[in-house]
Order: sequence, then structure tokens, then C-alpha cells
Amino acid sequence: MKSTTIAAISTAQGESGIGVIRVSGDEAIEICDRVFKAVSGKKLSEMKGYSAAFGHIYKENEAIDECVATVFRNPKSYTGEDVVELSCHGGIYITRETLRAVLEQGASPAQAGEFTKRAFLNGKLDLTEAEAVIDIISAKSKNAARAALYAKDGALWKRTEAIKNKLVTTAAHLSAWVDYPEEDIEEVTEESLRRVFSESIEELDRLLKTYDAGQTVKEGIDTVIAGKPNTGKSTLMNLLAGHDRSIVTDIPGTTRDIIVETVLVGGIMLRLSDTAGIRDTGDAVEKIGVELAKNRLENCGLVLAVFDDSKPLDENDLSLLEKLDAENTIAIINKTDLESKLDSSPIENKLNDVIRISAKNGDGYTELEKAVARLAGTENFNPSEGILANERQRTAVINAKQSLQNALDALNMGLTFDAAEVDLENAIESVCELTGERVSEVVVGNVFHNFCVGK
Amino acid sequence: MNYSAGKFDIAVIGAGHAGIEAALAAARLGCKTVIFTINMDAVGNCPCNPSIGGTAKGHLVREIDALGGEMGKTADECFLQSRMLNRGKGPAVHSLRAQIDRRKYSDVMKHKLELQENLELHQAEITDIKQTENGYIVTTRMLAEYEVKAVIIATGTYLGGRVFIGEVSYDSGPDGIFPASFLGQSLKDLGLPLRRFKTGTPARVLRSSIDFSELEEQLGDEPPIPFSYDTDDLGENKVKCHISWTNENTKQIILDNIHRSPLYGGKIEGIGPRYCPSLEDKIVRFAEKKRHQLFIEPCGLDTEEMYLQGMSSSLPEEVQVKFYHTIKGLENCVIMRPAYAIEYDCVDPTEMNATLEFKRFSGLYGAGQFNGSSGYEEAAAQGLIAGINAALKIKGKAPLVLDRSTSYIGTLIDDLVTKGANEPYRMMTSRSEYRLILRQDNADVRLTPKGREIGLITDERWEKFNNKQKLKEEELKRISKIVIPPSELINSILVSRETSPLSTGAKLIDLLRRPQINYKDLEPIDTTRPELDSNIFEQVEIEVKYAGYIEKQLRQVQQMQKLENKKLPTDFDYKEIKGLRLEAQEKLNKIKPLSIGQASRISGVSPADISVLLIWLGQ
Repeated sequence: MKSTTIAAISTAQGESGIGVIRVSGDEAIEICDRVFKAVSGKKLSEMKGYSAAFGHIYKENEAIDECVATVFRNPKSYTGEDVVELSCHGGIYITRETLRAVLEQGASPAQAGEFTKRAFLNGKLDLTEAEAVIDIISAKSKNAARAALYAKDGALWKRTEAIKNKLVTTAAHLSAWVDYPEEDIEEVTEESLRRVFSESIEELDRLLKTYDAGQTVKEGIDTVIAGKPNTGKSTLMNLLAGHDRSIVTDIPGTTRDIIVETVLVGGIMLRLSDTAGIRDTGDAVEKIGVELAKNRLENCGLVLAVFDDSKPLDENDLSLLEKLDAENTIAIINKTDLESKLDSSPIENKLNDVIRISAKNGDGYTELEKAVARLAGTENFNPSEGILANERQRTAVINAKQSLQNALDALNMGLTFDAAEVDLENAIESVCELTGERVSEVVVGNVFHNFCVGK
Repeated sequence: MNYSAGKFDIAVIGAGHAGIEAALAAARLGCKTVIFTINMDAVGNCPCNPSIGGTAKGHLVREIDALGGEMGKTADECFLQSRMLNRGKGPAVHSLRAQIDRRKYSDVMKHKLELQENLELHQAEITDIKQTENGYIVTTRMLAEYEVKAVIIATGTYLGGRVFIGEVSYDSGPDGIFPASFLGQSLKDLGLPLRRFKTGTPARVLRSSIDFSELEEQLGDEPPIPFSYDTDDLGENKVKCHISWTNENTKQIILDNIHRSPLYGGKIEGIGPRYCPSLEDKIVRFAEKKRHQLFIEPCGLDTEEMYLQGMSSSLPEEVQVKFYHTIKGLENCVIMRPAYAIEYDCVDPTEMNATLEFKRFSGLYGAGQFNGSSGYEEAAAQGLIAGINAALKIKGKAPLVLDRSTSYIGTLIDDLVTKGANEPYRMMTSRSEYRLILRQDNADVRLTPKGREIGLITDERWEKFNNKQKLKEEELKRISKIVIPPSELINSILVSRETSPLSTGAKLIDLLRRPQINYKDLEPIDTTRPELDSNIFEQVEIEVKYAGYIEKQLRQVQQMQKLENKKLPTDFDYKEIKGLRLEAQEKLNKIKPLSIGQASRISGVSPADISVLLIWLGQ
């Protein structure tokens, strides 16, 4: 099977230190020899795999940039084909010019996900691994990247394997019992079926919970900081942002009416916003409408409600407190560095997570981290245990669970075991889909749909 | 000197269960057919159990009958006792099994072959098959040459057959009939890869030497249910079977002598069926089990031979006498025929297409044990399909390939030609992924229209079938209309079946939907119920009760169909797809599957390989 040679910019498009143009295919080395001249004069085609050369990229006999070319030889490359990676200076113009030079010499532009698709077709990675690659690419925090890596190592596989084995054993017992009515095979009892179905449902439920925690880790949580003016919200923002400045980015609130900042608290990404209403001075809640403010407080993933420890609770505080929900709120009693004048019992009566901090000097920050993890459900989240990484896997678990529930229903209705067995086998199929042991076209389609050009 | 014995369309080698169905189907489809048997008294022989059917095998017999085959009818004619197995385990796995009169079965089948138009039955050993430009020449040991367009090989355990009883072994077919000793070499010369399989059978003992007084009886169902949709009434069960158990003494004797078993002594190279093991196999493999069940079954009405199901063995006769005598009821039994193991040549079925034609030899077909299966029913099913396809090919018509969602026959053949057989293949309900739609009660609905299309269903049978379908539809309509008002009578019935009483009227169909309620329960309140065949009530009740599940299975079939419809080229070298694992490349190159669906069932082709194929196809 002769493969065409494809090329694409493999790094993010934008101003950056370096930009990598990846070229893969039978003619990758030959094509790159026509655009790259090594300072040493050595041709790429004379170089071994895993070796690099410094030189220049030429377009129409003119050097356009300095470049390091790395040669990978089939099958020891990402795609399993001959690959050359041209690392030039970053920046939209230079990388595009380099890509153009390569394309002019005969490479075709790579389609979305094509490098990974080729890697897959050449046996360099399996489907679950391919999915894990997507997750690594799009991981937004350290924890997320770690979880993605573990998915690739198969922790999830091991976990589902245990569920699968239990179900398969049961199905096999049912078959033997049915196919050998005259052999002395232990009878399959309704009770034993019920037990297996219920236990597996519970286990699948636990797995589903990891998805939510996993999503939280991966996607972050929409977080609202609420509180009347001068409770120390800005200081809190600075405290949060200051803890890991390298990751904090200022993203202009383009679609929202509020400023958004992304910060990491206890390994979890919080997308912080100050409620427009509450940020305003005066009786802001009234200004934007009670309902709207309430909606925002209810719909976001996390509310950090800030109260001033140095002042007694006033009407604004109580009005805010009324709108809060214990499910998604952490009450932060700020300014513990000052004399405490606040009676916190109304807050504690309403909310479960009440912590005391001094945003100014950082006291209580660790408690805040813990509270965030607790509320986000990631407190006991251990990526090495195997988590559901994406919607496809989640759907498979939900389907497996539903099938087992149907099997239980069939038993409850008094239907014979052959009916329940249909559900049992459906459940096994769904679990196998999760482990990648069964592949429907949908799966294949979905996986490659999710890749971006260049990877 | 060789002499020409004439020209035929089709030659069938072997007149066992596979050969019979193949020859009858071919002849009935208008092909001039000749069938050979090594011994005229061995036509349709049942050298093992005197019974037809059983789990999944009962489904096969019903399907053979629905397509226009003979096994079900003959079994009904020779029936001694009939039981529906797995009652209570659900309609999907109900399986019919009948004890039959084995001599009578053989006679009836032979007579049917003799009476069949277009068919000649000959006693002859075929020693050679040669390919010619337009077909084949098959030669008998008496040097008669038959010029034919197609050949169906159905040699059973005769091909290179060798019998083992302890230290004694000799070349033989089953039941002391001589084996086919020359054909194997001819097939090897043709280029067919043969391998050795083995099977075995228990002793036959004299009825009067068995003490039945303390044995549990096993009676047939009343009324007994026939296999064939043509049989209206079987009459009454004619015999009883009995159950006994082995014990620690039996086990000890076998373990003390295990080294004298040719299997454990290493003399048998053939691979035996895991699913139908000898007693010594069971004792060695399930060492923790203290006892094993056996069934004592009569071989016929005019014989005193009794078959000991579950007790097959290849130990020396002397040891057999000893261990059989440890069993309750058999303490003084007289062994009339000893148990034996038999080893024989068979072919790798992945050499064939789903039509049972060899991929490399146009017009050459295989069926039955020759294809690596075990069992009369599995053999007959393949024989029927091979016979039909040989005839269709000669007539220039499209072949018959039953897919897995239509039948156990389709499942059996797909398994054989796709996965191959590493041991004698036995049909089991668990081999099918569509059990709730492939039921024994609806084989006619599934396959009779196909049988009619091919030309094996007579006008009379077709009319009967259509009439039955009409009555079934009417009955479904009737129960959907009739409303049963709450009454003391209906509520007492419902409560006695532990389901809730009615407070308002309910349709008959909704009452029948309740798993606890069957047709019979509703008889007292169902005053307008027509007189119908019991099979109609059976089908209606199952379809109503399991409607949701039948729907689910139909959706699964649709899913499968999608993959079956993704066609793969058969002239492609899979080595070119580097992403496939080496084993998968080799298997795909060997089997050359027609679709992604079939590829996914090849052992050694993993789902990861399938995803590679899917993406490759999508390129």
C-alpha cells in the first residue's frame, strides 16, 4: 500500500518559540531534502532514524528560516511511516511558509487526524490509545494530562475487565445450564442472577462517578465569586491567581458580561467570574434583577460566597445567603486577620462548607483547596484507578447499566432467563465496547472525528 | 480395468445423515444424482445414540424440516419417546429430542432413497476423485467411473477410520463396517489438507441383564410433540428411559486403568469433542466430581440392546466390564457391543465457502463429520445445504447462504467456514446470538418461504404453511380485540397464578403478556377460542409475551447486517495493511471473508484489527 506523503503544522498556530511542520509518508525524506539544506551538507536521506540536523529551509532558492530537521525511519515513528519533523521558528508566517515549501515539493496537506489515523492503520496505537492521545492534546491541567496518560496505560481496562469477567462467567454458566440439561450442572438461580446484575450495576455506577470527577478535572468548573463590595473578593482573586501564575491566563470575557480568569485550586481548574451584579457597587442584586442573579448562582458549578469577618452580617449578606445553595457553595469568611465581628451561625445553618481565610496573607488557603476538591467530587479522585475519559465511554457504561437494569426488570416481571440473557449479553457487548474489545463503526468514526489537523 | 458407469449431475459419497439430505435435496431439485454407501445396511445408521434432537440440535432438525429436508419426518416415523428439553428455561432454549428406533430409522431412510426419482443408491467404496474440465470423475473400488458435474463428500467417520478399544486397534468404520481406506490419499493428492478427529460411543448392553427396579424412570412428554410440520400426530410414547449414576468405585477403576486408554496412552492423535467427552475424560477433567449421570435408552422396539448415554469409553473391554458393573442397575449387565473410540480423517472447513463448496475446487462440496462437525443433526443440516447448493449451481441459480440471523443452520455453517473447527463442532444454543428469534417453534416462519423458493416445499406443504400463518394472524387479531371484564372467575385464576386481579376490563392479549399466565390458564374465560394447532398457540403466546425482547433482537440483527453489508475484496493481500497484526493478516488471507461482519468472527482477528479494516475500507 503506497501512502501519499502528508504534511501539516503540528504546533499551535500563533506566536511561539518554535513551530513544527510534520511530514509523513513514503516520500517524506525525499521531499524534505528538497526544502532543507543541512549546514553539514549531509542529506536527510543519508541520515539514520532518530537523528537530527541543523540547517535552513529554502523556498525558491532562498533561505527562509533556520531549522532543525529530525528524521524518523519507518516503522519507528509516530505514524509508522518515514517522518521528518521540521522545527523552525514559531509564528504564523514562518510556519506557513515552511509548510507551503513542503507542499510545493509534492506533499499533500494532512486531513484532520490523519497522522493519528495512519499511526492507527500501521498498528502504532490502538483505538483506546488513540482516544487517550486526543485527551492528552486537549488536557488543560496537570491532573487531566495524568488521567489521560493512565487511560493509555489501561487502568480503565483493568477495572472494566473485572466487571466483564463477572458478567461473562454468568452468561457462560447460563449457557452450560441450558445446553446441557442432562448433565449435572449447577442450576442457575434467580437469586444468583440478581446478585450479579445488582453488583455489576453498583460497580458501573462507581465508574460513572469517576466520569463526572474526571470531567471536572479535565474541563474545570465554572466558578462565581459572590459577595457584597469590600468583602475582599479582589484580594481573593489575586490570592487564587497568584498561586500558580504561569497557568493563569487573562481571557477577555467575549461572550459574557463579566471578567473570566482561569486559576488552579488544588489541581482543579476554576473558571472564575465575578457576578456582574454583585461586583457593582450599590444594591446591585436589585439592578440586574433578582432572578438573573439567582440563576447564575444556581447554574454555575461552584460559588465562592465571600463574607467579611470584620463586620456583622447585614441585609446584603443575608440577601445573598438566601440565594445560595449548599450543593454548590463554599462560604468564605474572609479577613480573619482582623478582629472577628461576624456571627457565622446563619451561614453555617444554611451551608455545609464554611471556611475561614485571610485572603490578604493566605491563611486558610489549604482549607479552601480541600473544600473545592470536596465539592467538585474530586477529593478521592485518583486518576491511576482508571476513569472514564470521554462521552463515548460514558455512554457505553450507561448502556451496560441500562441493559443490566432491564435484565433485573425481566426477572422481576417473572420472564424466563432466556429473556434476561439477551440483556446480559447486551451489557457484555457494551462493556466490551468500553475496553475496545468490540468496535462498532460509530466508535471508529467518533475517534477520528475528534482530531485536529497536525496530530 | 476401469469402466464407465455413466454420467450424473451430482455424486454424493456417503449415505449417512449428511449424504442422505444432500442426495434427496439434489434429486428433488431435478439433478440426476448418485449416492454411494460402503454398506447398503449402513444407510442412515445411528452408530451412537438412538435419538435425534437435543439442545440446539432439535432446532436444527426443525429447520431442516422447514426447508424441506427429511430428518424430522423420518425421526417422527421412528419415534419411541419424545421430550421437550429445557421447559421452564424459556422458549428460546426449548429443544425437542426424540428417542428413535435406530434400525427402523435406517430402513426408512434407505427406502426413501430407493423411491426417490432422479436418485440411484449404490453400494460402493469410492477410492478416487479426479477433477476434469467440466467436473469430476469418481471411481469405485470395483473400478466403475462416474462422470459428474459436482461431488459432495460426506464420509463421516469412515474416511481413514480406525477403532480403538484399549490396547486393541484396527482400521474400521463405525459398527464394524469397513472403512474408506483409499479416498483419503486421493483427497490429499487433490490438495485438500486432512486432519484427524476422534469420537466415541458407549457400550450397548442387554436389557434383561439390567436391574431397573431401583432406577429413576424418564418418561416422554404427553402428548409427544413431532419434529416435522408435516406430522400431525405421533401417537403415544412407546418406551421409557432410565437414569443411573456412576460412583467412587467407577471412578477408581477408571483411574487405575487410565494408562490403558489409547487417548491417555498417546495412541490416538485425533482431537476429540470437548462437548461430548468420554467417561474417562470427564473423570480426569472434573476430578472433584464424585458421580456422573447416565441414561439407559432402548435402541429399538425389536431389539434388546440398550444404549448407555454418557458412558462412552475407549478403555479395554475387560475394564469396561468392570466399571459398568459398578453402576447401580448395571451390576450384572451383559455387554453386547463394547464402547469404542474411532479416529477419522476430516477437512479444515475454512477451506470452504458458506455454500459448503471448496474455495479452490468448483463443484466440490463437503458436509457432516468430514467438515469437522459432530452429531447427526449437524451433519444432516450441512448435507441439505450442500445438496441444495450443488443443485442450484448446476441449474445456474444463485446459491443459498443462510445468515446467522435466520437460523441455527446458518450459524453452524458460518462458524465452521469462518472460525474453523479445532475439535468436532457441536451445535449449542449459546452459539447463536439471536436465540429469541431463532426458536424451534418458528423454524417454519423463518425458513419455509426459502424452502419454497428453492423448490423443496410441495404445494400441499406450502398451502398448509400459509394457512397456518393466516390462522395465527387471525388469532393475534382476536386476542387483541377481546376484552375480558373483571369477574370472580378471571380474578381467581389470576390470583392463583400470583398476578394481580382485574379491576377494569383487560384485553386477552394483555393478560397473555403477563409472564405468569398462559393460554391454558385462560381457557375457562376465553369462550370464543378457536380449535387450532398447538404450535399456533405456542407461537402466538411467545410472540406476545416476548415482544419487547424479540424487538431487541431484531435491532441487533440490523446492527449486524450493517457490518455484513460492508463487503471486503476476496482478491486482496491483507499483508499490505501493516496495522493488522500478523496473525490477523494470515487468517484474513486464508479465510478471505466476504464482509467485515464475517471478518469480525474469525478467531485471531481482534476488534482492533476490525477497526483497522473499517478505517482502511473507509479510505
